[in-house]
Amino acid sequence: MEHINWIHNIPFFSIFLAMFCGIITPLLKKGSIARMVHTGMLCVVFCMSVLLLLNVYQNGESFTFMMGHFPAPWGNELRAGPLEALMAVTFSAVMLLTTVGGASFIAHDVVPEKQNFYYIMLNALFGAMLALTYTNDIFTAYVFIEILTIASCALIMAKGTAQSMVGTTHYLVISLLGSGMILFGVSILYSITGQLLFPQMKEAIIQLVASGQYTFPLLVVTGFVFIGLAIKSALFPFHSMLPGAYQAAVPTSSGVLSGLVLKSYILLGIKLIYSVFSVDVMLQLKIIDILFVFGLAGMVMGSVYAMRETRMKRMLAYSSVAQIGYIYMGIGMASRIGMVAACFHILAHAVTKSMLFLCCGQMVEDSGGKEQIYYLRGAGFRNPLAGIGFTVGALSMVGVPLFVGFISKLYFATASVYAPGKMAAVLIVLGISMVLNALYFLPSVIAIWTPVKKENETQTRISVSPAFGVCIVAFVFLNIMLGIYYRPFIRIIEMGIILLQ
Amino acid sequence: MHKKNTFLQKLKAWVNGEDTLLHADEYIAKRKQPQPKQWLRSPSVEKIKSNRALYSFLCVLVAMVFITIMMVVVSELPTFGNASNPGNNEVMERYLEKGIEETGAINFVAGMILDYRAFDTFGESNVLFLAVICVLMLLRRDSKNISAAEEKEIAEDEALDAVDHKSILQVGAKYLSPVIILYGIYVILNGHLSPGGGFSGGSIVGGGLILYAAAFGHQSVQRFLNFRTFTWISVGCLLTYFACKSYSFFTGANHVGYTIPKGIPGHILSAGFILPLNICVGLIVACTMYGFYALFTKGDI
Amino acid sequence: MTHLLINYYEAASVILFGIGFMNLLLQNNLIKKFIGLNIMDTAVYLFLAAQGYITNRVAPILTHGIVDADYYINPVPAGLVLTGIVVSVSVTAFSLALVQRLYKHYGTLNMDEIMRLSREREGE
Repeated sequence: MEHINWIHNIPFFSIFLAMFCGIITPLLKKGSIARMVHTGMLCVVFCMSVLLLLNVYQNGESFTFMMGHFPAPWGNELRAGPLEALMAVTFSAVMLLTTVGGASFIAHDVVPEKQNFYYIMLNALFGAMLALTYTNDIFTAYVFIEILTIASCALIMAKGTAQSMVGTTHYLVISLLGSGMILFGVSILYSITGQLLFPQMKEAIIQLVASGQYTFPLLVVTGFVFIGLAIKSALFPFHSMLPGAYQAAVPTSSGVLSGLVLKSYILLGIKLIYSVFSVDVMLQLKIIDILFVFGLAGMVMGSVYAMRETRMKRMLAYSSVAQIGYIYMGIGMASRIGMVAACFHILAHAVTKSMLFLCCGQMVEDSGGKEQIYYLRGAGFRNPLAGIGFTVGALSMVGVPLFVGFISKLYFATASVYAPGKMAAVLIVLGISMVLNALYFLPSVIAIWTPVKKENETQTRISVSPAFGVCIVAFVFLNIMLGIYYRPFIRIIEMGIILLQ
Repeated sequence: MHKKNTFLQKLKAWVNGEDTLLHADEYIAKRKQPQPKQWLRSPSVEKIKSNRALYSFLCVLVAMVFITIMMVVVSELPTFGNASNPGNNEVMERYLEKGIEETGAINFVAGMILDYRAFDTFGESNVLFLAVICVLMLLRRDSKNISAAEEKEIAEDEALDAVDHKSILQVGAKYLSPVIILYGIYVILNGHLSPGGGFSGGSIVGGGLILYAAAFGHQSVQRFLNFRTFTWISVGCLLTYFACKSYSFFTGANHVGYTIPKGIPGHILSAGFILPLNICVGLIVACTMYGFYALFTKGDI
Repeated sequence: MTHLLINYYEAASVILFGIGFMNLLLQNNLIKKFIGLNIMDTAVYLFLAAQGYITNRVAPILTHGIVDADYYINPVPAGLVLTGIVVSVSVTAFSLALVQRLYKHYGTLNMDEIMRLSREREGE
């Protein structure tokens, strides 16, 4: 037993631990026990992922893990490197803070006898996200995409109101369209390459391109897979499912969905670009330019939509659309530094948006369940912690220095220098988008800190649950820490991307 | 109201709600009316849909363009039924030539999905499990999703069901459902030897259960399959599946001892883990299928 | 063009996919929308299954004790289709359950109507 490399088992352990907790949760009688199991699982996965990250970073290596007794082209495989490990760390940390901080929303919004079902979905969601992060096989990716779809729809509808059902239906139809596209793409890809695992597929595709065979099918396939992923990650023209769903869902679900789930699809896309289609082929097929254009459009349009919105949760949903646009713009620059910026923005947005949704949910709850920004005036005084969290998140989204959002925007701007022909577009749109961000985030921040005098209402301080407080403080701390001490993360991402190629 | 000239004043007024929104309801009502700032609004889906003909035309156009593109793709794809297509490569050769030796299953597909590519199949059974949990979340009666009127309706339905004789159905079900369930069990148990396996067999068993429940009422099925047993069977089978697979993944990846006898290919007790896995999947699927039926008709298992 | 006639399974599956897609867009009834989605899924399975077929070979189950890769068709697409079918069953069940809940709340299956009603109630 001494020759087992336990570190290499970590991806497998973390996926299976999450799945195991999901499977046993129906046996637990009470939601609170399910919550403890979920929290424990997240803590363990977090520790393991940190261990994995430190190890792969020190050794500068990436490795594959054979799932079963059969080597690569025959059996399934997992792959882990610094990028995957960093994402696993981020996912588990943000998920931990969001679900612990949002536990009161779950307890409040979900029917008691169905709370453990909610935690099943959270566990399965987390397992599927890890599987998408680590997988090295395109069909496994498809299966786990479906798990992610079902679990995220379940998280939206868990509230059980009619409005959440409508939101879920919308979300479900559009996600299914996306997974249908991905499945079709995967089948055509299989038919022209005859492989399902990433490395073998990459070889086959490079051969196909070199020999000039199946050029048009390859183009269509790439389009299908990336349009599918874009639909699932709510890139601009396909964003219509987000606002309704996030508005109607439990704030915890909205935080998890917009902070993490959308990102795991994008991460899969990045992995596909490097380890299946390879950057040269992507550039040759012009798909990456299309992603770039849609990313730019999303950055502006998402902000424009957000500006028109009077309800806070919908505003945050549209702001997610804009941020997804940033990430796709980074991917579309097709340079390594652009990709680094995109990956760092995944981190930044995950840390920020989950906190924004939690704070927004708390403030809405304290203001009597009304979510128009008008009614949220003075919410910052009613619940100072949520107000501070919201302010920090908003400033970070706008891109104020010291906060994490600034760093990623700085890197986007730097990356544009290395993207010939795209520099002007990037810089102009980045500028416009930041101004627009400021135009809708700052008024809402001012609104929540505007004292409101009401004659017939006695100001009651609402008690904040300690878990919420700790999580918001941790989020704020993370935000500022990532904003100041960002270099190691950039280095990890850079190393991960180099190893991915 | 004072005049609002500078941007700051306007902003302040907006924040304070002085602008036109002294009352939020008025404000919301006002927002619904057409505003001069139309250029900000994208063409809304409702408006396009109201122009039904245009919408249909656009949909047909999109689908036609799609079909045309795909037709071109299909005409360039590998020839149908050709043995030298890219898909027919060393991967398939090993599955077919070493499959019996390495998995013990003479149904190569079963060997492939439950041994070579078992991680996908594990994900797939999880999808099924999650789906049934979702349906439970949606349709199982709780304090939020049921009203007194519906309660009454369900009680009436049950009363009507009790006085209904359903003779033809009952006689048919009495003789058919055991045969169907038996056949389903056969398909499950022979999954590694012949066409079939956990999923197909499980759906047949589930179909038999549904027929039985339709003829004799939910109570008759509840004698042996209530919510408690349902949970235990699903969770137990998934856990068995989980344990088998994590054992085989762990030992496989770390190259440590893996001592599961493969048996003699062709015998019912052979093929290592494939038979127990098929039984587990079959049980889960049977429970799930019946669970869907019960939840959709009655709102409970 | 002749190649299209040889690849007629794939061509048929593409047309089916288009039909499903049109169904999804044009139908207002939610159940019909989901039927459209199901048609799309099934079309993909037809496509995949056609990828595995090889002329003059038999199904991948040991027959007459012949262990030879040139005697059987490709088992991989069959496995993928099996997995896919389970996924589509699960998703269909989930979506139909959603439809049932929506019908209970709004008393209609028309998507536009439901959207309108939900917006009205939300505006209150």
